[in-house]
Amino acid sequence: MPAVSKGDGMRGLAVFISDIRNCKSKEAEIKRINKELANIRSKFKGDKALDGYSKKKYVCKLLFIFLLGHDIDFGHMEAVNLLSSNRYTEKQIGYLFISVLVNSNSELIRLINNAIKNDLASRNPTFMGLALHCIANVGSREMAEAFAGEIPKILVAGDTMDSAKQSAALCLLRLYRTSPHLVPTGDWASRVVHLLNDQHLGVVTAATSLITTLAQKNPEEFKTSVSLAVSRLSRIVTSASTDLQDYTYYFVPAPWLSVKLLRLLQCYPPPDPAVRGRLTECLETILNKAQEPPKSKKVQHSNAKNAVLFEAISLIIHHDSEPNLLVRACNQLGQFLQHRETNLRYLALESMCALASSEFSHEAVKTHIETVIAALKTERDVSVRQRAVDLLYAMCDRSNAQQIVAEMLSYLETADYSIREEIVLKVAILAEKYAVDYTWYVDTILNLIRVAGDYVSEEVWYRVIQIVINRDDVQGYAAKTVFESLQAPACHENLVKVGGYILGEFGNLIAGDPRSSPLVQFNLLHSKFHLCSVPTRALLLSTYIKFVNLFPEVKPTIQDVLRSDSQLRNADAELQQRAVEYLRLSTVASTDILATVLEEMPPFPERESSILAKLKKKKGPGTVMGLEEGKRERGPDINGGPEPAPASATSTPSPSADLLGLGAVPPAPAGPPPSSGGLLVDVFSDSPSAVAPLAPGSEDNFARFVCKNNGVLFENQLLQIGLKSEFRQNLGRMFIFYGNKTSTQFLNFTPTLICSDDLQATEPADQARGSDSGRGRAGAAGCQHRVCVGLHRSTSSQHPVQVWRNLSECVRQVAHHTQQVFPAHRNGLPGLLSALEAAEQSPAGGAEHFQGKASNGHRNHQSQDYWVWFRAPGRGRSESCQFCGSRDHPHQNHADRVLVALGAEPPGSDVPAHAADEQGDRLPEAVCAAVGAVLAPRLLAQPLSAQLQARQPASSLRVDGMAQCEDRG
Amino acid sequence: MQFMLLFSRQGKLRLQKWYVPLSDKEKKKITRELVQTVLARKPKMCSFLEWRDLKIVYKRYASLYFCCAIEDQDNELITLEIIHRYVELLDKYFGSVCELDIIFNFEKAYFILDEFLLGGEVQETSKKNVLKAIEQADLLQEVRS
Repeated sequence: MPAVSKGDGMRGLAVFISDIRNCKSKEAEIKRINKELANIRSKFKGDKALDGYSKKKYVCKLLFIFLLGHDIDFGHMEAVNLLSSNRYTEKQIGYLFISVLVNSNSELIRLINNAIKNDLASRNPTFMGLALHCIANVGSREMAEAFAGEIPKILVAGDTMDSAKQSAALCLLRLYRTSPHLVPTGDWASRVVHLLNDQHLGVVTAATSLITTLAQKNPEEFKTSVSLAVSRLSRIVTSASTDLQDYTYYFVPAPWLSVKLLRLLQCYPPPDPAVRGRLTECLETILNKAQEPPKSKKVQHSNAKNAVLFEAISLIIHHDSEPNLLVRACNQLGQFLQHRETNLRYLALESMCALASSEFSHEAVKTHIETVIAALKTERDVSVRQRAVDLLYAMCDRSNAQQIVAEMLSYLETADYSIREEIVLKVAILAEKYAVDYTWYVDTILNLIRVAGDYVSEEVWYRVIQIVINRDDVQGYAAKTVFESLQAPACHENLVKVGGYILGEFGNLIAGDPRSSPLVQFNLLHSKFHLCSVPTRALLLSTYIKFVNLFPEVKPTIQDVLRSDSQLRNADAELQQRAVEYLRLSTVASTDILATVLEEMPPFPERESSILAKLKKKKGPGTVMGLEEGKRERGPDINGGPEPAPASATSTPSPSADLLGLGAVPPAPAGPPPSSGGLLVDVFSDSPSAVAPLAPGSEDNFARFVCKNNGVLFENQLLQIGLKSEFRQNLGRMFIFYGNKTSTQFLNFTPTLICSDDLQATEPADQARGSDSGRGRAGAAGCQHRVCVGLHRSTSSQHPVQVWRNLSECVRQVAHHTQQVFPAHRNGLPGLLSALEAAEQSPAGGAEHFQGKASNGHRNHQSQDYWVWFRAPGRGRSESCQFCGSRDHPHQNHADRVLVALGAEPPGSDVPAHAADEQGDRLPEAVCAAVGAVLAPRLLAQPLSAQLQARQPASSLRVDGMAQCEDRG
Repeated sequence: MQFMLLFSRQGKLRLQKWYVPLSDKEKKKITRELVQTVLARKPKMCSFLEWRDLKIVYKRYASLYFCCAIEDQDNELITLEIIHRYVELLDKYFGSVCELDIIFNFEKAYFILDEFLLGGEVQETSKKNVLKAIEQADLLQEVRS
């Protein structure tokens, strides 16, 4: 036990603490504590009134026990009693207990607030100080309610002591942080600003903190603080180190206040010219002083000086208007990059990141590239290396991208696991962004997979495929490179995915070389097959069927593989199904059909890199966005040109107008819409003109309807538009709900619904089929609109081939609708197909979601009605490929996934869902084709092969059904 | 500043000061995580680290770690000197302070901190002024008792 205990020692407390420290085990400690708690409880409950000293001692013991990490459930009342003691230390302990153990007991809060009120009014400065400290420590809402009015008065009153002013300022700050609405700025605002002129530097420091926080929300009210802050700062930085007496810290004049003033100035844009000149002088002085030889060897001196320097640099970066200062700042930071203090190296790297995004200092930052790369290799502290990676990323541009990417890649081999994924994302982004030569890009990404395959997220390898597909100059190279990479004895599964996909698309480009002949390619891929997970195997199966099309000579080999039990009877439904379908496809389809169906992927639409989005999400908006946006926004700013109109803010009303107006507003956006030019298409389609005005995220909202019938279509601060849809047989019904999110009533709110030609387009073109399908009806009842969309039926009394054509036509129509409703997909069919797949992949196997109605009421196919019955699946999926909605592979050609249900039923009857199972044993021939073969819109135009005429019964569309079907084939 | 923690090399918490409202459970969780993280760091490493969305500034004095959590825009170096100034204040008050002083006189450690930092912001940076306030209070007690 230490001998010295200033003030008044509490012997009992010291003994108790010693006891606890002497406890040998946790159990002994708990025992001792319980004993003490029992003792204190009995003392508090005892008949004898305790004197102030004992009460204080016991409350203090309770506090100690609490701070040890034990729960305290009594003693609050005694602590509150202490507050009204006249003895300072008793009061002090009472307040300490309250500050540490705030209890939300309302009765107690009232008592506490009363005690505080008394002390504030006591005119005893020390009591007042305690009360203010307590408010600042607790800072609860109740206290804000009770004292938010009183404290500003204390703060600005002329006769308040300096120390009370300081406490009052920080008290108010704390209350403002907890409950800003309870602390409205009033007339005291201007008087608080004038505290910046106060003689007492402690008061100025506290007031600056308060003003900085308040000014962030109400810049107008506090803008006079700018010139006062500048002159105060100027006086400090020009003062000699002894002028400020005790406010000089290790020869640095008032470092805390300087930092706070510089921080306050960062709440405002560069000030008016007069003040600005003075501020620039200040900043120059700070930069100069940082260069002077140190006045002390102590680290405190250098820290305090550099704290001011870094804050000054932050302000310079914030203003971003003085090229000289920016470049100087960069040079001075450059010196720190090799400083022996780790802290300074860390901070220099961090600050330089911000400098790199300013166009004035970007080049200056780049000159330090070698030092930063060295830091990456030699720094022992991972957090410093992380900063170096950030800085390399920030300083990267076209001129140094190859070097930086190469360095990052080589660092990746030894990088800490905690930062690998981020580095992978950064490398992938830089490689794409600054690629002049896409072969370099492909090499980089493949290296990335080789070095850190586990950290390569889906976004990264999706992206490389998107790019290879979109750029035909790199396809041959990509095929060659993946082929070579795949020859490594052990390669990462991600490489197998990329390899499988690319060879499936472009394997033909390297097939001329006997070393990479079709069979070699196939064998290479297939040698990896058994090592891969199910999704990768599924992808490989798709590659195989693509090979069947690309290289007819390997068809028998592939068919053998597909036919093997391990595929055809695979326990995994997805693999089994693919094997069955692909095998069937390869047998029944003619080469023409195969070529059409398995055609090379069309280019992907250009969009923001999904990797960038991922990095943003990972790092929060600050780091990455800052960099990107910073570079982009500079242009107009400097040229004085008009700023680009913020997309979301100003145009918020337009999305709703677009949606509701459905083109009542002028003709469709520029350029004819891809398909039939209907208005629905404009609204829902993926074309940028229509989607652009939508608030961020609304595209996601659309995509949601791929797998949900109901949900929110659009939402902003004012309005929520909900969509509810139901589908039955050939009819679909959509309810649109408008939710007013404001507290006021909408005036002149008139949703307009135009049923355009597009809806009628659902009507089969061939009138001979005479269906009752396409029907558009708009009813305006209040705020609810209904749109009935009919999917249509086709009637056929012709040859099966004709039936098949009709079916195709149906599918095309369905696909067309799908496109309208699910615009996330580039063209109708994949949209439909992914919806199908969504259903398929649902736990129930999809049968219940996606009803294939196949009933044959007449047993005679010559006079039947065939229906395509489409229903959006009712259950959601957790994740899906961003290209097409599929879960396991990026936009593999979906033509193979056709599972469109074909059925025949008497028009108008409401056939139960399971009718197919009951009476499906005589499904029209076309069903088999639909199950086994492939369908693409363009199939329509082609004569169907005779194979379609084969008649085969099938009971349902589920896998077992198909397997059965296959067997009989 | 969001909070300040003092803990020993063994990971025992000696002082905790929270400037943001958090539940006891959260406080304990944060403390546990942070003590672990900081103790795992090697001596030559830098005093700053990113933790959740906060910046942690810490420094070791003898057997005690002083650890502050600040927000993104706050200045790391000046926070390091806040820690140092607090240590100086304790040192001056107790006369070459050691961990035991803080254990046995934890309430004083809190009082001194309250004079120096309030609501997470520096209230008074002058060493003299802070100690004057504390000594006055001690004097008050001695006169009365």
